[in-house]
Parts: sequence; structure tokens; C-alpha cells
Amino acid sequence: MRTAIRFTVAMIVTVLFLFPIYWLFTISFKTPDEIFSYPPVWWPSSLQLSNYTVLFRDGDVMTIWNSLVVASVSTVAAMLIGTMCAYAIARFRTGGDHFSIWVLSQRMVPPIVVVFPIFLLYVKLGLVDTYLGLIILYTAFNLPYVVWMMRGYLQEIPREIEESALVDGCTRLQVFTKIVLPLARTGLFATAVFTFVFAWNEFLFALVLTRSAVTTFPVQLTHYFGGQSNFWAKISAMSVLGTVPIFLAVAFLQRYLVRGISLGAVKG
Amino acid sequence: MTQPNVHRHDRRFGYAMIAPAVAIILFIGLFPLIWTLLVSVQNISMIDEDTSFQGLLNYQRLMSDTRFWEALGHTLLFTAVALPLELILGLALALLFLEELPGRPVFVALLVLPTVISPIVAGAAWRLLFDNRFGPINQVISWVAGEPVTILWLNDPNFVYAAILIAEVWQWTPFMFLLLFASLTNVDPSLGEAARIDGAGFWRTLWSITLPVIRPVIVIALLIRGLDLFRIFDVIWALTKGGPGTRTETISIYAYVQGFQQFETSYTAAMAFVIIVILTMLVMAALKRVEIAR
Repeated sequence: MRTAIRFTVAMIVTVLFLFPIYWLFTISFKTPDEIFSYPPVWWPSSLQLSNYTVLFRDGDVMTIWNSLVVASVSTVAAMLIGTMCAYAIARFRTGGDHFSIWVLSQRMVPPIVVVFPIFLLYVKLGLVDTYLGLIILYTAFNLPYVVWMMRGYLQEIPREIEESALVDGCTRLQVFTKIVLPLARTGLFATAVFTFVFAWNEFLFALVLTRSAVTTFPVQLTHYFGGQSNFWAKISAMSVLGTVPIFLAVAFLQRYLVRGISLGAVKG
Repeated sequence: MTQPNVHRHDRRFGYAMIAPAVAIILFIGLFPLIWTLLVSVQNISMIDEDTSFQGLLNYQRLMSDTRFWEALGHTLLFTAVALPLELILGLALALLFLEELPGRPVFVALLVLPTVISPIVAGAAWRLLFDNRFGPINQVISWVAGEPVTILWLNDPNFVYAAILIAEVWQWTPFMFLLLFASLTNVDPSLGEAARIDGAGFWRTLWSITLPVIRPVIVIALLIRGLDLFRIFDVIWALTKGGPGTRTETISIYAYVQGFQQFETSYTAAMAFVIIVILTMLVMAALKRVEIAR
């Protein structure tokens, strides 16, 4: 009986929390008549895809491609540089406790404080509205996260394995690339996906540092907002395109989700 | 066989490994800070490229800028309301799912979804939901009221805060839920049982046994979310851009307006520096109570 009540409450809560996402998805399949009908239509009559084909026809999906390029390249860069740093901290305590706290503290800096000087610098360097500019910034901004998370994962690898490899004649670098990285692959994978999601969802840097050539999808989305003429069909279809990859990533990552979003505070 | 001393060549290897990361973090951590400090005591704006030393001119201007203090007030208000709401709702959800329930993993997996989507997408979704004419929220309210209701959620000063907070709390309650749920399932159930055998009720057990055990996680969750709320930009930008007027403007939005729409370079730099100082003070005060390092 108690379980039945709890189950009912759980159902209601879940429906409430998922409704906004449901609404976004359904609007993306509605015809204009259905979108702008009063009272609202609660489910589309058919799954027509014209809202999506418009995005492809007008080239708006390029912004999804831009997001993909920027997020993937910056993820690879941040993982490479950050894991190296995390290994030194985990194994040799390089820089001491202060250094790792300093790295983590960089995550607390509000983006609005960073973006203004960076923008003026980028203007001088010609990096505004380039892939390279955004990639550098996203790499830098994700580094503290990668270092902090990978430090935790690498500390879980037993030292003895590395030491026996050293005795067998491996160099430190070989130990790192041939022994440590393969052993840490689940941690690497989980951290990389979260790094990707942060970069994929990021808005403020992209808003300031892109014009047209490398506009990412969240910035494109805000271009559809405006006064009275909301492009509802485009808003919803673009939102869905920008959300489905994230949902897929999270589905693969259920087990690492808690650790990933809590900065390693909860092992899950 | 752990060696307390790190070999010298290992130490050199360690420095080589951290060098690229340090260089990049300095690029976004130190360069902007120094630049901000320098420019904030000059007087650079769109019309004037005056790089002479102006002392605390911009800071004085900031002190008497009511729009800045209002923006700071809005930011702290959002934080003060959203943070406890997310914590309490997240905790309630975690307790709801704590005992075994049919399909529990599915529920948890679904409830997490709002947290991982882009805040701009979340804002877009709520923009559509809050629409005064074609949105489902006013429709439901109309059903309940029994007559057509058209609330201008994003334009009416009486409702716009509620609208933003609903979107914010909707997106981040699952974050709290997930963290609390994970740490609660790790708590040894015999602790609570022992308390209950001793005659403690549900609330007493929760307050005196369960919550103290997961306190470190609560603190970290509050810290992460508190820092995010202090710099809140995306979801408000998507919903109102700080409007109506400047009614929902936060410090991040105001700094954006000054920097990228008014081109008040030095003034924005002063503001950025004050934001860092306020943030540092808040974090120091919070960290005094917790040890985050370990």
C-alpha cells in the first residue's frame, strides 16, 4: 500500500519534470497551425519533419556542426593536457596541495570576468569568430575539471603495477602511456564525456566570441528569440537537435553520472 | 614499498607533465586578472582611449551605480531562493526513492535529464511553456480557474521572478536529487534502524542521524550550485535578457551589457574586479566551514 502511494507520487513527479522536454519535442513535430492554436494542442497529429528539413535547407544545422567541432577538439585537448597534469599530481605530488587547490579554484572564476579581457585580446590576435579561438578557451576552461577528476581516478590505480613496469625497464613516459592510461580508460571516458557536454552546452563565451562563421547551436537558438515573432518551430527543432546527443551520452554514462557532476565528491 | 622521497628525475618529469596545463590556466586565470586590474584604473570607453592613471574613479562610479547594486541584489535573491528550494526538493525526491521501488532505475535515469541539457535549451523550453496565449501553463491555470487566464509570465514584474525561478529550480533540483540520492544509498541502513528501535521517529532519524552523515555531500552540492547561481546568465538571458526593464538583471548580465553593448571597457573591468572580490569573500566564508581539499 505504501509502495503504491510512493509509486504514484514518483510517476506524477517524473511526468512533471519531463513535461517541458516533452513539450519541446512535440512542438518540433507540429505544423504551424498546431503550434499556434488556441487552446494548445497537447500532442501532434502526425510526426511531420518539416521543422527539421527547414533547418537543413537554410543551413542552420551548420551551428550543430560548429558545436561538434569545437566541443570535440577542445575535449581531446583538455583531456590530453589535463590528464598529464593529473598524473604528476597523483604520483609525484608535483606542486604540492596548494597547486591542486589552485587548479580547482580556477573553476570558480565567473566566465563573465574572463570573457571580456579575452575578447579584447582575441580582437587583437584575429581569433574572434574562429574555431581556434573557441577551442583554446574551452580547453582552458575545462582543464581544472579534467585535472581534478582524473587526479581522483588515477589515485585509484595501484602504484605497484607502475613500479614493476619501471623495474622491467620502462621509462616514466612509457609507464604513463602504456600502463596508466589503459588502466584509467573508464575514468578517461567518463571525464571526456562530461567535458564534451560542458563545451557543447556553453553559451556566454560562444555568444561573445562568435559572429557568424563558427556560431554554436545555443547562440543560434537565441537568434530565434525576439519580440513578437518567435520562430517556435525552429526553436524547438534546434533544441531537440542540440539535446539528443547529450541524452545519448548520459544514457551511456549512468554509472559515472554522480561522480562526474559532483566533481568527484560522491563516488556513486 | 612506497617511497617517501620522489626521485629527482621523477620530479623533473612531474614538472614537465604539468607545464602545459599551468601555461593554459595562467592564460585564463592570471592574464585576465592583471588586465582587469590595470584597465580598471584607466578610463577606456567607446569614445575615449584614455590610458592615463585615474585612480579609483571607476570604483567610485560603481559605488554610486544603483543599477549595479540592484543587479547584485537580484543575483543574491535568486541564489537565496533557488538554493534552499533545490536542496529541499532534491532531498524530498531522494527520500522518496530511497527505499526499493518498482522501476526505480528508470525513474532516476529520467529525472536526471533536465540537469544535462543546455541552460539555453531549458530557457527555450520554458519560453514556449510560459507563452501567454499558446503555452500550456496558462491553459492549465485557465482550466483550474474556470475562465480564460492570460498571465504575461515573462513581462509582468509580478510573475517574472516566479517564472525564472521555476525554470532554474526545474533544471537543477535533479542535480541535488542525484547527489543526495547517491550518498543516501551509501549510508549504512543499520544506523537508521538502530535509531528507530530506540524510538526515534522518521523526522528525528532524518535530522539527527541521516543528514549529519551526508553533510559533506550537502555542503559540496550547495557550494557547486551556489557558485553557479552567483554567475547565473544563460537561463535568464534566454527567458528575459534581464527584463522587463532591468528587473531581472544579474551582475553577469549587467557586466555583459556594460562591456559588450555600451563598450565601457574600464568601467566593466572595475565591475569585474569587484565581482571577483565579492565572490572570493563569499567563498572564503563558505570554505571556513568546510574542508574541500580532501
